[in-house]
Amino acid sequence: MHIPDGFLATPVWALLDVAAAPAVGYLARRAQRGLEPAKVPLLGVMGAFVFAAQMINFPVGLGTSSHLVGAALLAYTLGPAAAGVVLTAILTVQALVFQDGGVLALGANVMNMAIAGMLAGYLPFHLWGMGRWRRQAIFFGGFLSVLVSAVLALGELLLSGVRMPAAVLGISLGLFAVSAILEGAITLAIMQALASINPDFIRKPQLNGGRVLGWVGLAALLLAVVGVAVASTHPDGIWKLAGETGIASHAKALLGAPLADYQLGLLQSVWLRKAGAGLAGLALIYGACMLCGRLLARQRGA
Amino acid sequence: MHHVVLDRWSRGASAIHRRDARTKTIAVLVFLVALATTHRNFLAVGLCYLGILLAVMIAARLPVVAALTRAAVVLPFTLVFAVISLAAGEPLAAMTLVGKSYLSALAVLVLLSTTPLPELLHGLEHLGVPRYLLMVVQFLYRYLFVISEEAQHMRAAAQAKSGSVRRVLFDRSKFGAAAGTLGVLFARSYKHAAGIHQAMLARGFHDHFRTLSRHAFRLADAIFLMAAVLLLAGARAAIEAWI
Amino acid sequence: MEPLIEVRDLHFQYDDGTVALDGVNFRLFPGETVAIFGANGSGKTTFVLHLNGLLAGDGDVSVCGMAVERKNLARVRQKIGLVFQDSDNQLFMPTVIEDVAFGPLNLGIGRNEAQTRAIGALEEAGMAHVSGKAPYHLSAGEKKRVAIAGILAMRPEILVLDEPTTSLDPPGQIALLELLERLPQAKILVTHDVESARVLANRAVFFEKGRITGEGSVEEIITRFGWDRATLKRPATSRF
Repeated sequence: MHIPDGFLATPVWALLDVAAAPAVGYLARRAQRGLEPAKVPLLGVMGAFVFAAQMINFPVGLGTSSHLVGAALLAYTLGPAAAGVVLTAILTVQALVFQDGGVLALGANVMNMAIAGMLAGYLPFHLWGMGRWRRQAIFFGGFLSVLVSAVLALGELLLSGVRMPAAVLGISLGLFAVSAILEGAITLAIMQALASINPDFIRKPQLNGGRVLGWVGLAALLLAVVGVAVASTHPDGIWKLAGETGIASHAKALLGAPLADYQLGLLQSVWLRKAGAGLAGLALIYGACMLCGRLLARQRGA
Repeated sequence: MHHVVLDRWSRGASAIHRRDARTKTIAVLVFLVALATTHRNFLAVGLCYLGILLAVMIAARLPVVAALTRAAVVLPFTLVFAVISLAAGEPLAAMTLVGKSYLSALAVLVLLSTTPLPELLHGLEHLGVPRYLLMVVQFLYRYLFVISEEAQHMRAAAQAKSGSVRRVLFDRSKFGAAAGTLGVLFARSYKHAAGIHQAMLARGFHDHFRTLSRHAFRLADAIFLMAAVLLLAGARAAIEAWI
Repeated sequence: MEPLIEVRDLHFQYDDGTVALDGVNFRLFPGETVAIFGANGSGKTTFVLHLNGLLAGDGDVSVCGMAVERKNLARVRQKIGLVFQDSDNQLFMPTVIEDVAFGPLNLGIGRNEAQTRAIGALEEAGMAHVSGKAPYHLSAGEKKRVAIAGILAMRPEILVLDEPTTSLDPPGQIALLELLERLPQAKILVTHDVESARVLANRAVFFEKGRITGEGSVEEIITRFGWDRATLKRPATSRF
């Protein structure tokens, strides 16, 4: 989901822009080391591929169809660092040329889709991509890549005080879940097609040291979930956060209404805010994991 | 196609088109930030900023109605949330949402309609964006049309070959066929990339990209930038002070 | 006269074991235009990729007196320019002028001089009027001539063109042939297009399964290997 400008509160978009810049810089340097400038055309063309791929419809039944989003597929074929750069490039073109997603919101969209979503999609492949559960890992990766991006986006919108009653939230989550399942299926189907054309298109998930990184990443995911559960014992925490970041004027109506009218909505939206904040923290944790991974790799002389 | 249209508009010859890409980029960023941080008197500020954009579009000799229509691509998403706010009895929030997202999209569209994307990217490099990323964007944009055209041909071919029997529920073979099409498109894209790489090497490429572009920050650019910043900030300050 | 290109006993095998070149001997002299004929997959394109070091096989390849090996690649690639079959892959920069200047810039030439050279090369190719355009706005024929300009800007001594007339309409083909006739460099023309070869080439070689199995004048080769489809008998049309 591409967030346009005008939705996010200033502290939210500004913070995410500030967070995205070094993250993208790091990925660009990592990709450059791995792939050298001569491979820039490959990344560009693969970005064009993802755009073009969105024209191909995958029939889902009942007259509807879906299309590839591509974060997981890029990570499995180009590696996560290059995939991050390509996805950032795609989002940049979408924002500038197609006005799909805002320019100030680019940091948020990049964190959601090019970084957190992509890494979440890569993780299952990294852990289980070489074994018996390869196909399930690929499906799960595709699924996570869309779901994590969507949940982060919804979290950021809620944190910004965008009004979202329980019904809308529920429907959005439902649609995203369906979208995520489809992405899993589409990613798996394309990976199988690629394997029969040329198995070298697909990367071998690296193991040594990387496996540690993978489990650390999974632990981070669990930590975020546990953290969210713990935070839920302090339901006022999120409201305080909203107040202190100066979006009280936005959220004035929202603060009053949910408590009074939408009890269920409150629970859901509070949960979502926390999950969203937790997953945003996860993105930062991923970044830390990548740094740890680098240190580990260096120690082993890799 | 949208990007083809904007590309054509961006090659105009007005005074706005001639301004340095960096100037225009910074002016648009100031616009976007000023708009995003407006909370009070949004209606007045929004209308004022709309007026500024209209003036720029006219000065740049852009087709105004066409541009206004193209910027509306942001509206479907926004209107959903606007309607929710309206339903909750917050017309101001709804209007602010629509206004901010539409005007932001319009500003970016005006930027891209007065600055060819490659020039914009060169300017962004001077403003500190990593070159590696910008080169990837440049190549993506260059091959967007090429690969999209191939995808269209493949889609047409697949449609011509597909059976007329339409299954109501999940059609596994059609799903698989679409995946196969994308697999082939992927392979072709890879082949393009290999061909481009060969062409680069054949003309002496060895370590990094060297470009022709030079940027000259002229007096006109400095004046434009100052005028833009003063106008945007001043208009908003004035409105917030007097209304 | 010293040959501009000398290839001796060139062998090349792909990673999967397919033998692409099976002992090729070839020479190109100044002022010559040689047409290379052969079925698809016979090794023609693989062969020309060895001439500027994009592929490296076993045997001797030398260009303008230099062995085509790693330490000479930069100079070799200035001497011999390759025009690829797919013009979209060749014109990869955002605008025509930037693309044509790519070669000179890589040679270490400064920006101003590179721009001057690029404009000169575009004028030589008759394409100066599109210098500011984006490549996807050009027709196939225009792209091909811009690609040639990109090579000319490097001031090569040899031009190698891989199937240049494929996908060009007749006006495009004619414009291309007129340009190539004007250019003084020695040329290699890998082609299926018998008419262009007749117009441009003074010699032809025939590739078959990775070897050259025939050499002679264009007419000789075409006749010997039955390469001209104009020799197909027309169906009898009389209905009267």
